[in-house]
This record gives sequence, structure tokens and C-alpha cells, in this order.
Amino acid sequence: MLRKKTDLDRMRDELRDLYKKETARILVCAGTGCVANGSLQVFKALQDELEKHGVFITLELLAGEKKPGVTAVKSGCHGFCEMGPLVRLEPSGVLYIKVKPEDAPEIVEALVSGGPPVERLLYHHPVTGEVFAEEEAIPFYKNQQRNALANCGSIDPEEIREYIARDGYQALAKVLTELKPEDVCREITASGLRGRGGGGFPTGLKWDLTRKAKSDKKYVICNGDEGDPGAFMDRSVMEGDPHKILEGMAIAGYAVGADEGYIYVRAEYPLAVERLKKAVQAAEDYGLLGKNILGSGFDFQIKIKEGAGAFVCGEETALIASIEGKRGMPRPKPPFPSDSGLWGKPTLINNVETFANIPRIITNGAAWFRKAGTEKSPGTKTFALTGQVVNTGLIEVPMGVTVREVVYGIGGGIRGGKKFKAVQIGGPSGGCLTEEHLDLPLDFDSLLSAGAMVGSGGLVVMDEDTCMVEVARFFMGFTQNESCGKCVPCREGTKRMLEILQRAVDGEGRVEDLEVLEELALAVKDGSLCGLGKTAPNPVLTMLQYFRDEYLAHIAEKRCPAGVCQALAAYAVIAEKCKGCGRCKKVCPVEAISGEVRKPFTIDPEKCIKCGACVDVCAFKAIARGGK
Amino acid sequence: MGEVMQLKTGSEGIGVAGRRFTKVNEIIERHGRTPSALIPILQEVQEEYRYLPEEILTYIAVAMGLNPANVYGVATFYSQFSLAPKGKYVIRICDGTACHVRGSEKIKTALWEKLGLSDERKTTDDLRFTVETVSCLGACGLAPVVMINDRVYGQVTPEGINEIIDQIIAEEEGEKNAPEEN
Amino acid sequence: MNAAERNNFVLIDQQRIEVNGEKSILELARKAGIDIPTFCYHSELSLYGACRMCVVEIEGRGVVTSCSTPPVPGMKILTNSPRVQRVRRTVLELLLANHDRDCTTCDKNGRCKLQELADRFGVRKIRFGERDEKLPLDESAPVVRDPNKCILCGDCVRMCEEVQGIGVLDFVNRGSRVMVAPAFNKKLQDVECVNCGQCSAVCPTGALVVKSEIDKAWAALHDEEKLVVAQVAPAVRVALGEEFGLPPGEIVTGKVVAALKRLGFDKVFDTCMAADLTVMEETAEFLNRIKKGENLPQFTSCCPAWVKYAEHNAADLLKNLSTCRSPQQIFGSVVKRHWAKKLGKKPEEVFVISIMPCSAKKFEAARPEFSVNGVRDVDLVLTTQELARMIRESGLLFDQLEVEAFDMPFGLTTGAGVIFGATGGVAEAVLRTAHSLLTCKPADEYANDGLFNFETVRGFEGLKEAVLEVDGLEVKVAVVHGLGNAKRLLAEVKEGKANYHLIEVMACPGGCVGGAGQPVATGGEAKKKRAQGLYSADKLSQLRKAHDNPAVARLYEQWLKKPNSSEAHKTLHTSYQMRGRITGEEITLLTSKQENKINLAVCVGTCCYLKGSYDTLKKLMEKAESEGVGDRINLHATFCLENCEKGGPSVRVDDTVVSGVTPDKVESFFTENILGKLKIPAESQ
Ligand SMILES: Cc1cc2nc3c(=O)[nH]c(=O)nc-3n(C[C@H](O)[C@H](O)[C@H](O)COP(=O)(O)O)c2cc1C
Ligand code: SF4
Ligand code: SF4
Ligand code: SF4
Ligand code: SF4
Ligand code: SF4
Ligand code: SF4
Ligand code: SF4
Ligand code: SF4
Ligand code: FES
Ligand code: FES
Ligand code: FES
Ligand code: FES
Repeated sequence: MLRKKTDLDRMRDELRDLYKKETARILVCAGTGCVANGSLQVFKALQDELEKHGVFITLELLAGEKKPGVTAVKSGCHGFCEMGPLVRLEPSGVLYIKVKPEDAPEIVEALVSGGPPVERLLYHHPVTGEVFAEEEAIPFYKNQQRNALANCGSIDPEEIREYIARDGYQALAKVLTELKPEDVCREITASGLRGRGGGGFPTGLKWDLTRKAKSDKKYVICNGDEGDPGAFMDRSVMEGDPHKILEGMAIAGYAVGADEGYIYVRAEYPLAVERLKKAVQAAEDYGLLGKNILGSGFDFQIKIKEGAGAFVCGEETALIASIEGKRGMPRPKPPFPSDSGLWGKPTLINNVETFANIPRIITNGAAWFRKAGTEKSPGTKTFALTGQVVNTGLIEVPMGVTVREVVYGIGGGIRGGKKFKAVQIGGPSGGCLTEEHLDLPLDFDSLLSAGAMVGSGGLVVMDEDTCMVEVARFFMGFTQNESCGKCVPCREGTKRMLEILQRAVDGEGRVEDLEVLEELALAVKDGSLCGLGKTAPNPVLTMLQYFRDEYLAHIAEKRCPAGVCQALAAYAVIAEKCKGCGRCKKVCPVEAISGEVRKPFTIDPEKCIKCGACVDVCAFKAIARGGK
Repeated sequence: MGEVMQLKTGSEGIGVAGRRFTKVNEIIERHGRTPSALIPILQEVQEEYRYLPEEILTYIAVAMGLNPANVYGVATFYSQFSLAPKGKYVIRICDGTACHVRGSEKIKTALWEKLGLSDERKTTDDLRFTVETVSCLGACGLAPVVMINDRVYGQVTPEGINEIIDQIIAEEEGEKNAPEEN
Repeated sequence: MNAAERNNFVLIDQQRIEVNGEKSILELARKAGIDIPTFCYHSELSLYGACRMCVVEIEGRGVVTSCSTPPVPGMKILTNSPRVQRVRRTVLELLLANHDRDCTTCDKNGRCKLQELADRFGVRKIRFGERDEKLPLDESAPVVRDPNKCILCGDCVRMCEEVQGIGVLDFVNRGSRVMVAPAFNKKLQDVECVNCGQCSAVCPTGALVVKSEIDKAWAALHDEEKLVVAQVAPAVRVALGEEFGLPPGEIVTGKVVAALKRLGFDKVFDTCMAADLTVMEETAEFLNRIKKGENLPQFTSCCPAWVKYAEHNAADLLKNLSTCRSPQQIFGSVVKRHWAKKLGKKPEEVFVISIMPCSAKKFEAARPEFSVNGVRDVDLVLTTQELARMIRESGLLFDQLEVEAFDMPFGLTTGAGVIFGATGGVAEAVLRTAHSLLTCKPADEYANDGLFNFETVRGFEGLKEAVLEVDGLEVKVAVVHGLGNAKRLLAEVKEGKANYHLIEVMACPGGCVGGAGQPVATGGEAKKKRAQGLYSADKLSQLRKAHDNPAVARLYEQWLKKPNSSEAHKTLHTSYQMRGRITGEEITLLTSKQENKINLAVCVGTCCYLKGSYDTLKKLMEKAESEGVGDRINLHATFCLENCEKGGPSVRVDDTVVSGVTPDKVESFFTENILGKLKIPAESQ
């Protein structure tokens, strides 16, 4: 039990001394991605191996024995999940990728003997072949600036003492002992931090509004619903550095005058729920949550609420309804949650990443925070980089870096040497950016002006083989499926928009659809009740703006230029590429292919049922489906 | 309530219902009967029964003093809840953006074909497998992703998923011949 | 004009409008003479904001819904900008695309808001697909539900939940698959719906309507063999005129009688006469209870929706309901059992049609206890709206009809019977009679106009109270309307927090003037006017107390002898039935395959649950095991054995229901009722 700030300081110093006795530490990523790839087995193997060498030691042993040794801990996600399971060594910073349990002896041997790292397990640049030993040197990491994600991958999220040793809860202690609530709000306002949940609302302003609301009871809610497909930054923070969120929330509680907080985590994140629960328990045990925190008289408790599978519950009023045990349907605002939120009481809602930024702003000051990012969008932002880029994963960069830097710098360019076509940003409510936007800075306002939005930060890169009409249909399918069904424009409008896009993809589009689609999109955008409906038409609108030709090709010429839409596909052998091997002929289920060996084959379009089997087997990419 | 489990009921599987009902009550008591406890209660009950039977929903409504229509409304709103029994293995194919652009559709088709399922028919007759799509499991780095019960599989291919299913079936068959655990 | 004043204005379509505490732009615009279209806004329901018809454009803020946005001084509002028009037309087009558009044969044709707005906004073409599937109608109850016409405005959901406190209807599913339905898509007759019809009263479309039985009425009227008798409820006479363009509250009694005669009714009587009889019976019952000090508070029983509500939710208080039938049923009884006999006719030769304000009356008339040998006391119930339709069908020009008087002998009424149609009326009528029967002295306090007005029970407050002295005893009276208010009061009564002697409950807000069969009224104003109409009719009556009604006196003389006599009990009183609050499948817990077994069901319905039936169940299971008879018992958990008033938990053993099996009594219960039956002495294990 820590009873005052000096207790916390003393504990931190003691822990630091203890950690100094670690000769080395092995961090095995235990994020969802790496676990899926078998990292827990790797961890076990490494632990056994260390024991075999007699160097394995734990924090408890360190405290007791004074004998140095190597610790092994499970960390949160490093963001480079595709390369998992990842194993990081400290203090050297060496990163091993795609580690298997069998690799454990070699790794430990190299570590204990002090020899060079195991080269075959290091990251090799896919193009240049250059080998990188240290994590921070890898191009994927080099241009990143990790703040919210700072501890993710380098501490054991289930061990509160690691967090404390790294100055954890110092910001809370500072706030409780040195600052008045209004000072806290002022500091956050000065930092210019804007909500990372998508809207970019100034966080300090929101805090101050909630602080000023008069009520006997207030709440703080952390929005961990993260429903945007293709986004997983909040998950990584919740799983990899849960105490930072708790600390951020407690500071917020103090600033707005709330004594109770909720973290709403989506149901698909069981590991996050588990880690958060453990973290809350540990923080309570240490007296960092609960009654009379650090002797300040400030009480704050946190409860974890699991979602039940509804994207719309990320919307704040729907989220509140869901916590209250109701159907997660948004309600009109005003009143805003800062006036009337959970159970009608003033409620502060912020996103996970927003809270994760708080402790450092308090510790290092608003000016420090403003050093990164742009004037109007200061700080760093996490993005989930996915799709057809070489390096996919979770990244954190200063706001204002360009799309190009992300896609080509960190992302390493397009896979398979294909051409860049577009990047969908902001998930299903965002929009597509094209070649011409490659130098657009990634910040709240620039993106809005281009018809997209930061949203939660999903960045899906698409190459030339992507059909933008199909993509628009896909997103519309998502929003239509996730609409709560309350208001007419969204419930009925998205259904009809989907109907129209489906027709286009199915080759049944009509020319007059274009006008209807556009009109509908604008009415749904203006008329919907909540953000889901208001933004649902964005992908369609940007598709119509930037890829109008492609849509017209679908409805007027019945042609899918990218060759994706099955119904519109017209399979043909490209004579110049065909080697006449005959494999395609063998797989064709309807005998539509004919030809003589070593001569170009041909496809009879009358017989072809567009199954696509021939394309998949042709080793020479000699069959095109792009049609006419 | 451990004792009830050993009810000598004469025919097998009978004690199970009683035990589950006991569990439902335990769950309700643990969460309390405020309306905000409804969703966590439904979640836990579903874990117990694998779905939400009508009688149990009605019972929960009674115990919590809610109208069954409200409980039904909540149960049909959230996609996590199922009012029809699900299979022993719930296979969730991610069709989030990252997975979609990396071919999740093909995995779904392969699975449907293998198990004889479709958009309308989500569960096999023997109640062994349920196939659902979800939007994003948060492991986008490993796209395309499939989750079977609590286990996540990354970078799945149509062939790969078939192998996994075969493996499960093989294990199941093996288990059948082995002595029953409980 | 000073700055402060200037600051209190907004611009609506360039018009300067002063903000004066209006909560929404919608309200303010109406003040400015602009009727913004709405589907989901109702002043008496909570704000929902779903239909998006009420959008307006605010400079600098874009398009917002006017029902949910408060006006802020300085706002520049456009109510009909191109963006606003686009949203409204799109909403209508989208709604219509998904709508079963068979207007010509729709019950709501001509009174439908969707139809009206589609016309008003000139939607002439629907460019999208049709509704995917046609769902079945639910015609099981007097309120007919057609999901294919629902626009999901949620008005009914909020009405049933917020105003009526029941919550029979809720949203189901999500996204474009959303529906409004009872739990598990059951039929209305299978859930706790009390048939008040208030949901249909707010439904803007034909998705919820009161069942029409006009055809049956015509058939009876055209049947030469039948003597067709009408009774007209008090609330009808102040509302029917609205259907023909007259203002709400205008008393059209004489025209109603004339119209009914022209439609072919042989006799047209007044339900108010029966109401007077109700007052006599109910007052006698009340004074008797007061004397004995039992079954108090006494609840009125003339609203069938309230009666059904009590049957579902207040099993333990059913004995407190007055056993008096409602005026409608008393009338049926009097006509079929007394009047017909005097005419030398059999009950089946007389066909009684009542003209009533609501759907619940249809349900009431069909209750089996109000039939004798398969002949109903009231054969058919028509609503005010149905009557209006028949009048239109027959081509009568209502406003030109010459007024006519009710037929005798049941056309003689008092003001007491007339005010039954408004909330507080029944209580006031009973008070008038109780007061003068007992004290027989001018009640100066109440008789400020010498007319026995009990003003405090009038009006539209949710809960109204009156206290009067009867024989030295302070009698406390409460009046509630809207079942939500009744629910709150019931809870207080059950907790012993509310001490009343007499409680009047009317299911509809405002009482029968606000019944669901009345002409569609916008807002609460019409109801208030109708109530005023009733009170002025009362004021104009020569007789104002039920016991002064000579027709009533004659009935007692010739037939009933005195109030609460045995004849009166047989024909004018009734009894109530417990209704399982919930219907649900039983939960099977143990099944026995043995021949010689016992079927055991433990009630886990609300009453029993609250009394610990779950622990009873648990103990029974334990006991079965420890006695080694688990395999000889079929054990179920069931929802309400309809034995709630005896004090739960109730347990059914084969065919008998044992009540009061609290957890501590399981031991003895088991030994007596189970081991005994299984013929295993308790010791022999
Ligand atoms: C449909 C919809 C989904 C949303 N989903 C999320 C989400 O998953 N996570 C989140 O933090 N905010 C989400 N938001 C935004 C929240 O409503 C809210 O603005 C945010 O949590 C506020 O936090 P911030 O100010 O820290 O950004 C969503 C909004 C909408 C309209
Ligand atoms: S916009 Fe969509 S999600 Fe939002 S309230 Fe309307 S229907 Fe629901
Ligand atoms: S697409 Fe299918 S049917 Fe057509 S040619 Fe290729 S293999 Fe044959
Ligand atoms: S598989 Fe390719 S290369 Fe071989 S015959 Fe067919 S088209 Fe030509
Ligand atoms: S509900 Fe209205 S719009 Fe629909 S069919 Fe009936 S009258 Fe026509
Ligand atoms: S309004 Fe039009 S559709 Fe309706 S009945 Fe008349 S002509 Fe026919
Ligand atoms: S009739 Fe009354 S009780 Fe029945 S659903 Fe409608 S409002 Fe509810
Ligand atoms: S039934 Fe009527 S009132 Fe209820 S939601 Fe549908 S349209 Fe609205
Ligand atoms: S208050 Fe009157 S109109 Fe309403 S349900 Fe009761 S009897 Fe019918
Ligand atoms: S889970 Fe290991 S790097 Fe993301
Ligand atoms: S999109 Fe499939 S896991 Fe995120
Ligand atoms: S009336 Fe305002 S949204 Fe329906
Ligand atoms: S609840 Fe009605 S008898 Fe048990």
C-alpha cells in the first residue's frame, strides 16, 4: 500500500536498483498476434533454456538473492505482428522475428555467451537483404516516434512494478499533490491534445466542460470499443500498457471531479479485458486506485465493461446506453455527455489513446507535447497500417507526416512491386486518398479537407488490383450491417446505397443509379442521427470523386477495370504471355479452354462460367480477367 | 451447489440442466439485479448454455424485474448473442478491411463448402461447427485472421483452414472413443 | 429596443422570432406559424429523434433535427432550404420504399401521417427496391399489428413503456432488420398487453390500429330477427363531432342518437344510466368495506385495461378491486337479463352494440364471464371512429342531423354518469353518492356551488387526491390515469407508503376522453376540451347524483331490491382471474424415465421469485438427492402457477398446487407431499 507520494518515489527507486541487477532481459511478445503465432510456447522454451543455463531469475529472486541473472517476461504488442512471434533482448535492443520454440537454445546460448546475435532470426530487408539487429534500427521503426506506445513491447503489462519503475503513476502523484483540477484542465488545453477516438475534439475543453458541470456524481469513461475494422491500436495499448490508461483516467477523474470510471472494451478483445482487470486489481492493491489515493483524499475506482458486439457502441451515447444495460442506440445531442451522460450524470468520455497521452503531458508539460506534430494537431498518433504494403503493423508517428512517408518509408512500399492505387483512411467512415494525396500531411484538418478523416487511425493500403467500387460496396456492407437501425436515413439509406453498389458489382448497374446514389449519399450524410450514418457515405463520396470513371465503367460499360468483380470479369488468355502449358485447360470445370501444347491457348467466353480457377493455376500470369 | 451435480438421475445429461439453472441464478446474484447488469448476465449465461434459450431469457426478465420484451430487444441487438444453439466450435472469420483485402472471402467460401454451410445456415446439423463472419478481430497484422473458439489463427489460407478443420474432426473422433471425462 | 432584448431573438426563415423558454426549435417554429413535419415527436413522450423529418438548417451548424435542438438566441434557421428538402424527401422516399403501400385498403387511409406527408412533400416516385418480405399480421388482440407498415418511429414503444409503464413492445434486431414487436415475436394476446390501444393512438401509420368490426355491426343491423340496441358511452358524445369537423369537446349527444337511429338501431340507450348503477353498487361496496375495514383501498374496476393490468401485475391486490362490473357490462346485463325478459324476448334475440372510446372494451365484452350459455351480454363493441365511419358510409350529413333524445327507460341519466368519461369522474360520482347517503348534510366545503363538485379530482395531473369526512372518518381518495402513474401508486400501496381508501384508475391518460378509439387527436389539448365538455354536460344536468336517477331507482324496485343484493351480485358483479405475468416454456431440470414418478413444478414467476422460490427449488433438488429419489421426479421451473395471491412460492405436485413453500418449509413439504406420494417413508433409506 502506497500512502503518499514519497512512498511511490521510494518504491520506484528501489525497483530501479533491483532492475539494475538484471544482466539481460528477454521480452517475448504476448500480444494477440504473436500468441496466435505460438509465442507462448516460445516463452516457455526460452524460460526452460535459461534455467538449464542456470541464469534464469525473476523479480522476486532479484529482491531476495542479490545474484544477477536474466529475466524473461511477456510483453505487449510491438506492432510488427506479421513478423511474430517477436523476441526482444535488453539492454541490447536486439529483435528476433518469427521465432520458434526450437530456436530457444541458440538464442540463449548467444545471449549467455555474449556472442553475436543469431543472424538468421534477425530482420532482413526484403529488397536489399540488409540485416538489422536492433529493433529501433529497422526501417519500420526508424521513422516512428513512440509515445502512447512507448511501453508497448518493452514492459511486462501484467507487472505494475515495471510500470512504476518507469515513472508510472508519477503524473497522477504530481496532479494530486501539486495541481488543482482547473490547473490540470489548463495544462491539457495548453497541450492542444485532440481526441484520438476519431473526432479530434479538443480534450482540454471537454475536460473543462465536464469539470464545470454541477453534479453530486460524475463519471469518466474510457472508450475501448475500437470497432473500426483494420484498426488495433487501442487494443495494443490496453494489452501492452494498461496502467497508463488507468493513470490517465485517474488524472481525468481528479480534473473533472469524478470518483468512478468505466472502461468499455469490445467483446472481441478478451486478452485486453484480462490485462485491464489485472491492472485494476494491482493498482488497487498498491493504493493507486480506490479510496484516498496517495493520501490525497481523492477516491477513484475503475470498472471494466465488456461490449457485446456492436460497432455503433463506439459512439458515445450508444456506449452509455450499453453500459446502462440497454440496446446500444445513440440519442440526439445536445445534451452532451459532459452535461448528461451515464445515468444522466455529467460524464467525460475519451478514447484509450487519448488517455494514454495524458501521463506524459502532465510529467513533461504541454510544451513538450507540442514539439511533435503540427500547430493544430500536436503530438503523435498511432495508425494501423494494413493492406498491400510490405510492412504491416501498428505505428506511431508525429501528426503531419505525409502519406508517402508512412506508405513508402515505414510501410516499405507496395507488395510485390505493384502500383499504389489508394489508401483508405479512417475506416468505414473515412475516405480514400489517391496518388495525388501522397504528400498530404496526416492531421485532423488536412484529412477532413480531402474528404477523409483520421478516424481511429486505420490505414489500408490498396494496390492496382483493387476495385474501388468493390471497396465502396464492402464498406457500405459494413456500415449497413452495423447501423443500429434507429434513424431512417442510415437504416434505410445505407441499405439502398448498398443495393445500388451491389448492382454495380454484380454487373446490373444502371446509368441512372449514379445520380440516385449521389443524392442519397448527401441526404444520409446530412440527415443521420449519429456519426455512423453521417460518415457512412464517405467512402462512396470519395469513390465518386476520385474514381468516378471506375464506377462508370462498371455501370455503363459493364466492365471492372481492376478485374475484381467476378460478374464483370471476362477471362482471356494473353497470347504473348502464354507458354501453352495446358494447366489451365485441366482445371477448367466446363472445358472452356482449348489449345495445343506450347501454343497460346484460348478461352471460349460463351462457355466460361467465370469461376477463376484458370487464373489461379497459371504460373505465367497469362490469363487476365479485366475484360474488354 | 456441488452436490446437485452428482444427482443420480437415472438418465444421462439430466443433471446438467439443473446444474446450469443453478448457474444462471448464481450469475444473476453475483451481478445483482440492476438493469445495467443485464448485458454481463446475458454474456455469462450464454457462455454456460452456448446460446440464450427463450425460457432462460424469460427467467432473467422475471428475476431482474424487466419486461421480457426489453430483454429480448437487448439480446437481439448485440451480435454476440445468439438465440439459436451454436456449435461446439465457433469459427469466426474476420471480414474486416485488412482481412478482406487479403482474401477473407475465399476462406469463407472454402469453409462453407467444407461444412455444407451458407449465409443462412450457420451451424452444422450435428452442432459441431458454427461459421460466422466478424469485422476485425484486432489482429489485422496477421490478416486474414480466423478465430476458432478462443484461439486466433493468422495468415490463413483456404487450404490451411481445411487442414485445421480436419484436425479438429480427427481429434473429436479420437475423443469419442476415449472414455468420457465427466 | 435594448441589447438584451435583441439578444433574445432567432431568425427563422428571415422572420425574427422571440425565444420564450421554448425547449426546441420545433416548438418555436410552430409558434411562428411554420408546421415542421414530424413522425417521432410527441410532447407527452420522451425525445427520440429518429425520423429526421423535422430537420432544419442552421447557419454554421448544418442540418439538425428541430425537435431535439434548443433554440439559441442569434441562430439563423432555415426550415425549407434545399438541403432540408433533400433530407425530408429522401426520408419519405426511403420509408415508402420499405412500406407495404396499399393505401386504398388500409385502415389508416385518409388519417395516416405517412400518407399525408408523402403528399405534402410531393413524393411521386420511388427509385428503390421494394420491401423484402411480407410479415404476418397479428390480429389476435383488439389492437392489430401490421409490421409491414411500421416506420419504426418508436412512438408506440415509448407510449407503452413510459406512459403505460408496461413495455410490451420493444425494438428487435438491429439495422435494416429492426422491427417493433412483443417479446419473442409473440402475439399481443399472449403477452401482458392490456389492450388499452394507446400505442395505436400515437402510431402515425396503419401499423397499429384498433380492430374494426363494422361488418359485424352491419350484419346485425340488417338482420330482421334481431332487436339491435345501442349504448353510448359518455366519452363518445364529446369527441365524435371532431370526425365531422366540429371542435373537440362539443357535445353532440342528440346527433349521435339521431345518427344511430338512422343507421337502423332499434333502441338507443345511454351507458351513463349503467354508470349510475355502477355508482350505486360501488358505493355500497365501498361503504361496506369501510365499515368492516377490509380490502382497502378499494380500486375502481370500470376500465378493462386497468383490470387486466391488475390481473397481470397485482395478483395480491385483486381482492381490493371493486367487484362491480363496468358500466358497459352492467348495461349488457340489465338489457339482456331484465329488459329483454320484460319484452318477452330471449337474450339471443337482442343484439347489444356499445359505442365506446376504446379497444379494451372490445376485449372486455369478449371475456367469457360476461357470456351466459354462449350468449354475450354485449355482443359487439364499436369505437367512436368506427361509428364515424359507418355514418360516413351511410352518407349521413352529421352536422345536419336533427337532434334526438335517448330512448326510455335507459335514457335517463345524471351528471354523475356523464363524468365517468373523464379521469376523476368515477371517484367524484362515488363521492357524491357516498357523501349524501351517509352524512345527509350539505357538504359545504365541496358544495361551493351547491353542486357537489369535487374539483380536486378533476384535471390532468398524474395523481389527484381528495379527502372527505364520512361519518366522522377521514376518507382519502386518489385518482390516477395512465397506467404508468397507476404502477407507481401500486408500488407505494404495496410498500404501505400510500394510505388511501378509494383509488380510481383509468388506463388512458385523461381517462376515456383519451381512449384509443376516439378520433385521432394531436397533442393533449383535444382531450382537455373533451373533458370540459363532459363537465359542462354535468353542470347542465338536472340530476347530478347517481342515486337520484329514477331509472336506477326503478331497477332496484322491480328487480335488484337493493345495492349489493344477491341478484345484484349475480348480474352486476364479477370476479377476476390471475394472469401469469409472463408466458414462457417451462424449464426442465430433471426428467424421470421411471413409471412411478412425481411431476413437480416450482413457480419462478415474479411473485414467487421475490418470495424466494429459487431457494425452494434449490433445496428441493438437494433434498431429492439426499433422499435418493432424484430419478423419480420430473422437475420443472415454471412461470406463474396463477396462485400468486395465496402467497408464494407455489409448487405444483402432479395436479395440486401448494402455496407458501418457502425455503424453510421444504423439509416438511418434501416429507409430506413427495415421499408420502412415492410411498417411501422418510426413514427408509
Ligand atoms: C459510429 C461511431 C463509432 C465510434 N467508435 C469509436 C471507437 O471505437 N473508439 C473511440 O474511442 N471512439 C469512437 N467513436 C467516437 C466517440 O463517439 C467519441 O467521440 C470518442 O470516444 C471521444 O473520445 P476522444 O475525444 O478522446 O476522441 C465513434 C463514433 C462513432 C460515431
Ligand atoms: S445514424 Fe445509423 S447508427 Fe446512428 S442512430 Fe442512425 S441508424 Fe443508428
Ligand atoms: S474462369 Fe473458370 S470457367 Fe472460365 S475459363 Fe477459367 S476455369 Fe474455365
Ligand atoms: S496455364 Fe497459363 S501459360 Fe499455361 S496454357 Fe494456360 S494460360 Fe497458357
Ligand atoms: S399506413 Fe398510411 S401510407 Fe401506409 S398503406 Fe396505410 S394509409 Fe397508406
Ligand atoms: S389516389 Fe391514386 S392510387 Fe389511390 S385510389 Fe386514387 S388513383 Fe388510385
Ligand atoms: S395496447 Fe396498451 S398495453 Fe398493449 S401494447 Fe399497446 S400500449 Fe401497450
Ligand atoms: S408501430 Fe407505429 S408507432 Fe410503433 S414504431 Fe411502428 S409506426 Fe411507429
Ligand atoms: S380509460 Fe377508458 S378508454 Fe381508456 S382503456 Fe380504460 S375504459 Fe378504455
Ligand atoms: S502481437 Fe506481437 S508484435 Fe503485435
Ligand atoms: S481486419 Fe481482420 S483482424 Fe482486423
Ligand atoms: S420529429 Fe424530430 S426526429 Fe422525428
Ligand atoms: S408468480 Fe404467480 S404463482 Fe408464482
